[in-house]
Amino acid sequence: MPCEDPIVFENVCKVFGGHEVIAHQTFSIHAGERFVIIGPSGTGKSVSLKLASGQLFPSSGKVKLLGHDLAQLSTKALSRLRKRVGYLFQSGALLGWKTLAENIALPLEERDECAGEELEQRVREALEEVGLGQAGELYPAEASGGMVKRAAFARAMIDNPEVLFCDEPTSGLDPVMSRTIDRLIVDINERRGTTCVVVTHDLAGALLYASRIAFLKAGRFLEVATPDGIRRSKAPEIQAFLKAQQLEVCL
Amino acid sequence: MSLAFREPVENRLGALCAAVGQTVQVAAAAFCGLPGMLWRQRSRQVFYRQLYVAGIGTLPVATVVALFTGMILSLQLGIAFRQFSQELMVAYTLTFAMFREMGPFMTGILLASCVGSAMAAQLGTMTVDEEVAALEMMGVNPIRFLVVPRFWAMTCMAPLLSFYTCLIAFFGGALVGYTQLNIPFLQFFRQLVEAAELKDLYVGLFKAMCFGMLICSISCTVGFAATQGASGVGAATRRAVILSFLSILIGGYFITRFFYAL
Repeated sequence: MPCEDPIVFENVCKVFGGHEVIAHQTFSIHAGERFVIIGPSGTGKSVSLKLASGQLFPSSGKVKLLGHDLAQLSTKALSRLRKRVGYLFQSGALLGWKTLAENIALPLEERDECAGEELEQRVREALEEVGLGQAGELYPAEASGGMVKRAAFARAMIDNPEVLFCDEPTSGLDPVMSRTIDRLIVDINERRGTTCVVVTHDLAGALLYASRIAFLKAGRFLEVATPDGIRRSKAPEIQAFLKAQQLEVCL
Repeated sequence: MSLAFREPVENRLGALCAAVGQTVQVAAAAFCGLPGMLWRQRSRQVFYRQLYVAGIGTLPVATVVALFTGMILSLQLGIAFRQFSQELMVAYTLTFAMFREMGPFMTGILLASCVGSAMAAQLGTMTVDEEVAALEMMGVNPIRFLVVPRFWAMTCMAPLLSFYTCLIAFFGGALVGYTQLNIPFLQFFRQLVEAAELKDLYVGLFKAMCFGMLICSISCTVGFAATQGASGVGAATRRAVILSFLSILIGGYFITRFFYAL
């Protein structure tokens, strides 16, 4: 049963070696929304995602995921909670010695959730959903960047998570493949109601599919608004970002 | 257990204590993972593959190293004992040295340099490529998935490999005895059997088993702690080998001290 706000940050700070990467962040991500975190490199986007997913813990403040304070959870409880979320890593993070199909089957197989014919069926469906119906037997090294990303997406979604975290899902991909990944995010969000939290540099894509966009600067949200709100923003950093993206499109 | 320990520790002493604690944690979690590994078919398959890597994969180099170690020892001992016309003592001393110390020590060094370094490099690469983090995010325990089969494969294979290196070294010793010290094969081996004590054998095998556990725990922990891309993986591999060598020497002394108190 999805709770009201699946992700809540309460006055969260994260410090690395004396440097404050996330500074007193307070915000919530609502159930079923497509929340995009955008901003220049090194502003704490990926750290925010890692804090929200329990890969990192805040130096101060509180992060709640699906109603649970992550810092208070035992290792086992955290592991159980992680079964309810999916995470798409920037590199895909597929295991090199397993095929794409085996990688997709891995979470279900290792958690003993299903096996045999049922597992094969679910993997086949997942592969087809991301357009990799014929590529299941390839190893990650034999597949293109787009195929690896789609297989990683299928793996993240195989167990119908309530929240999907995507770290730079379109980095290193051509524009056509980038839009394919964006469409997969929208599709999964609309069909399954999955809350999607996406970190990206791709403002053009984010403007197309985000419910809300948060612009991060030096560990703080400069603005959190709908795509229209971001377009109309007067903040010079956001304007510079928009102009750079428009210039890219023009070129 | 989680791998949350990968967050850096600031001061050196703290880092050293944390590293020792993490290694003990990894070893304890891997030790307790045996029933789960035996229960799950997929884990058993990984375990068999790791048995092959640690055992069969190391066999050729172990054979060469053991053969020549036996030959060198035999030659040096033969030169010394010839002065007292006690060439036959070569077999006696070789048994003593190989079973008690040289067999497990050589096995440890071989496993650390061939298998432990590869483990650290593989897990290090997986860590920097976020594959380990991906396992954690899928709710898959990386210790159970990656470390347990390796740990038990090393634990099983190290004593067997140690016994094998002893046998090959004896053969090398006998070869030198026959060709350079004029000791007939049969006489050499009779002397070996007479000199062999059961305690020496089982202490040696126990020592090798401990070395297997130590090497795997250290290599995996160091691999999991790898950071900063390819150079970080290289540094982790080097650290794993150095720490394994040190632990073999230090651990070896204390095990010997425990079983052979003066």
